[in-house]
Amino acid sequence: MKHLLSTHDLALHDALRLLDTAEEMAAVGEREIKKLPALRGRTVVNLFYEDSTRTRISFEAAAKRLSADVINFAAKGSSVSKGESLKDTAQTLEAMSADAVVIRHPASGAPARLAASGWIDAAVLNAGDGTHEHPTQALLDAFTLRRHWAKVAGTGSPGSDLTGMRVLIVGDILHSRVARSNVWLLKTLGAEVTLVGPPTLLPVGVDTWPCTVRYNLDEALADRPDAVMMLRLQAERMNAAFFPSTREYSRRWGFDDARLAALDTLGLGDTVIMHPGPMNRGLEISAAAADSVRSTVLAQVRNGVSVRMAALYLLLAGGTHDDPAAPAVRENPALSPTKEPAV
Amino acid sequence: MTVPAPHAGAAPRVVLAEADIDRALTRIAHEILEANKGSSDLVLLGIPRRGFPLAQRLARRIGAVDPSIDPRAITGQLDVTMYRDDLQRNPTRPPRATQLPPTGIDEKVVVLVDDVLYSGRTIRAALDALADLGRPRIVRLAVLVDRGHRELPIRADHVGKNLPTSSAERVRVHLEEIDTVAGRPVNEVVIEGGA
Repeated sequence: MKHLLSTHDLALHDALRLLDTAEEMAAVGEREIKKLPALRGRTVVNLFYEDSTRTRISFEAAAKRLSADVINFAAKGSSVSKGESLKDTAQTLEAMSADAVVIRHPASGAPARLAASGWIDAAVLNAGDGTHEHPTQALLDAFTLRRHWAKVAGTGSPGSDLTGMRVLIVGDILHSRVARSNVWLLKTLGAEVTLVGPPTLLPVGVDTWPCTVRYNLDEALADRPDAVMMLRLQAERMNAAFFPSTREYSRRWGFDDARLAALDTLGLGDTVIMHPGPMNRGLEISAAAADSVRSTVLAQVRNGVSVRMAALYLLLAGGTHDDPAAPAVRENPALSPTKEPAV
Repeated sequence: MTVPAPHAGAAPRVVLAEADIDRALTRIAHEILEANKGSSDLVLLGIPRRGFPLAQRLARRIGAVDPSIDPRAITGQLDVTMYRDDLQRNPTRPPRATQLPPTGIDEKVVVLVDDVLYSGRTIRAALDALADLGRPRIVRLAVLVDRGHRELPIRADHVGKNLPTSSAERVRVHLEEIDTVAGRPVNEVVIEGGA
């Protein structure tokens, strides 16, 4: 694994390795000295062509906790506003010997282009590209779900997957890279995913995705899901009338107080409510739901740092970018399966 | 001129059998108690992977000598992966769990436990990791095998067996908590390879 571009092609063992490593990183976040020397001397560039608060500071915190040097780059106020191309920006970063580039871009596929172009030697981490993918968000959601699932089952989360868990993803699927990344990753981890939203906000070809599609949130809730993930209504990407009014949207597909009460009526004591943020309170999620004990919104933010630490560590800490599972590397006695190096 | 081929397939030879390991651990447990003048403030931290079961075995022996000690309450695991100085030379290795006893390590007598002491670099990493977790009063080192070839000024306080080796050889420790040979759990130390 040299880059982290999507969850679509993330194998189960890679996903579990990321989540298990994140579990150890979370333990570091709970101690007094929250810093590890693993990436000392490495440079991580946050290349953000789109606004972001939590993803950028989360990546920044993650890189700093691993002792990497962080360079923040926002397209606003940079030479990009003078018309510099992605290629020229990338080559500038290469000349400054960046070891990893965390990129958010409004165009789907920009991170993949950066990774495959040969413009730059660094590891590329996709921090959200257009309406394509947002893999670290899906990983932190999966991490949050896995901890919850393990707690419900009364087991430990390291090594476990999400087999049997039923997850609803509700709202603006069309514009959501979070939904796409989650569908692939949660499916890989063994969860059953159901998408719920107005037909106008479901993408063409959704029938080929490994999930079920429904249009009625109340019916979907009556099927007793284990987690409900509300998506943000992405008004900035809406260039057409997708539904009559926000009031109607909120009534039919928003997680309001009545639906929060319905979870109790249905006896779903262990069902959690997730939201990737930023929330439109009162639109897709009510304030009571967002602040309820079922809400994992803040846990998701906290877990985001651990998951991004894991991704940066696994992509950058090793000397080669080879996958340790590759046979050539297995000959290294230091990685012998029966004996760790006797150093 | 012909160069003699190295004994690439030299048969592994057992240098410590199960009973030898048991005796060495019992002696180390007593040495730890003697050096500490009792069991007060003792914490045993095993370095993954095989240091941890060794620490558990030592703690059980200490508990057998001093019944006031709960072996589980003084045993922990200290992962040093992210403190290694050779991270960039090897492919990425996922970290393992660090678990400290509930009492923590501040002002304790911490005994680091590992299976083989070789270059000393793992122990250097362990000392760095320890400094980020707290401030023990004393840190000691107990190893099952010291095979020499030190690259840093580090020595063990308690050694199960000094084992002169060539650096071409490999010392493998098999413990039943982790290892099986032909499907059966084993406890042994073997030397493989070498000229």
